[in-house]
Amino acid sequence: MNANSEIVAAISTAVAGSDQDHRVLLQSIVDTARVIFEASASSIFLVNEEHGDLVFEAVSGEGEAFLVGRRFPSTKGIAGWVLNSRDALIVNDLSTSTVFARDIAESTAYVPGALMAAPLIYEDEALGVLEVLDPRPGARTGIDELTLLTLFAGQASAALRIVQRNRHARRILDGADGELGELAAIVSTLAQGDNGRREAGLRLIRSLHELLVDNRS
Amino acid sequence: MTARPPLTWRLGLEDDIAVAASGHAGVTAEWAWRGATGRGVRVCVVDSGIEPDHPMVGRIDGSYAVRAGADGGAVVVESEAGDSCGHGTACAGIIRSIAPECELHSVQVLGAGFSGTGDAFVTGLRWAIDQGFDVVSLSLSTRRRHLAEPLRELGDLAYFRGTVLVASAHNLPVESFPWRFSSVISVGSHAENDPDLILYNPRPPVEFFAHGSEVEVAWPGGGRTRCTGNSFATPHVAGRCALIMSKHPGLTPFQVKTVLYQTSQNVREER
Repeated sequence: MNANSEIVAAISTAVAGSDQDHRVLLQSIVDTARVIFEASASSIFLVNEEHGDLVFEAVSGEGEAFLVGRRFPSTKGIAGWVLNSRDALIVNDLSTSTVFARDIAESTAYVPGALMAAPLIYEDEALGVLEVLDPRPGARTGIDELTLLTLFAGQASAALRIVQRNRHARRILDGADGELGELAAIVSTLAQGDNGRREAGLRLIRSLHELLVDNRS
Repeated sequence: MTARPPLTWRLGLEDDIAVAASGHAGVTAEWAWRGATGRGVRVCVVDSGIEPDHPMVGRIDGSYAVRAGADGGAVVVESEAGDSCGHGTACAGIIRSIAPECELHSVQVLGAGFSGTGDAFVTGLRWAIDQGFDVVSLSLSTRRRHLAEPLRELGDLAYFRGTVLVASAHNLPVESFPWRFSSVISVGSHAENDPDLILYNPRPPVEFFAHGSEVEVAWPGGGRTRCTGNSFATPHVAGRCALIMSKHPGLTPFQVKTVLYQTSQNVREER
């Protein structure tokens, strides 16, 4: 992809959806996972491309009010185990698990007794982890439940990929002293306006474009 | 006088193709693996490494990892890195519980500092086949389409050289590799809480099902825990293969797979 097409892609992606829209999407996924498995909580973690840590992207249930944005090393805990092995897992008694990062759990003010976790993989790239904490005992023990979780994780992976692309686009826009970001904001405002405003805005932009082309020649 | 290299693929004369056979009814669990310990069989776990001195794993006879070489390509080197996440240790512990006297070797391809492209996986597997291990346990797969052909070639290479590849099937009906290749023994998890139960699947591509639910596995730090995971079934079958090859040295991968089929509990029960 050359620089121009990357900018066009970045502006298109940024205009297509805000971070807030994607948060709503991720939140709906963890809310649904929590209901399916009758769990105390569910979380989505994303591997941050800059520092490599796992970051809470969406939380439903315990910790919902304060965990989003918190980060921890991607090698720690069962989330780290699942991310690095790319393998879904159910642990029914975390009190015996030495892999369980109790210090991280305690820092989140909630220590679960059982946990289900699946890697979020998109085109063979491990993007993050979906966790379900303290699911109802009958809803968690078997391979069938693990398969259901893996299936659901596929949906979360697609959503997470969109979030990742959007953020990448945002970084490109912010990189050019924010000028491209301003341009994206103008296009976004134009796209959201009613027909009259959009037509008026397009006339202004056409005039500006002609002026710029005339000056260049 | 040196032997003339064969010029064509041919079956050979009648005397050349004589094969010692056991009757189908004679291939029972008792005959096939009961009483075996895995002694004399070399098993390699291609995974995230194995933690040294873990009480559920015991002695590790060789520990290697895929790393970036001087030219940037993937190379296999001896390693003391242990296990990057615990997955390989869990699988090795299962093999050890079934075949306590087998040799256990490890090639770290997950979290090895050279992962993400699939090159580590292909390089590690090729290396394991080149070493002539009897059994290679692969509780991992890739969905990268461009790796399908190299992995298919490695599956065939192992098959003809006498290395049994035992590979985890994806737990969703998706295309991933190498478990889908007929040259390997593919394994999924059944729902029964019985570590000895291996079932043959008459509706492939997954050919065998083994214990993956509520399995007691080795955990990093010398610990153990009970958990459920699709990839825990594969080392159960790898361990069983080690027992079969220990009791019947010289069996080919085709013969080992046939013995697995003949001693699968659902096949025996239907007679």
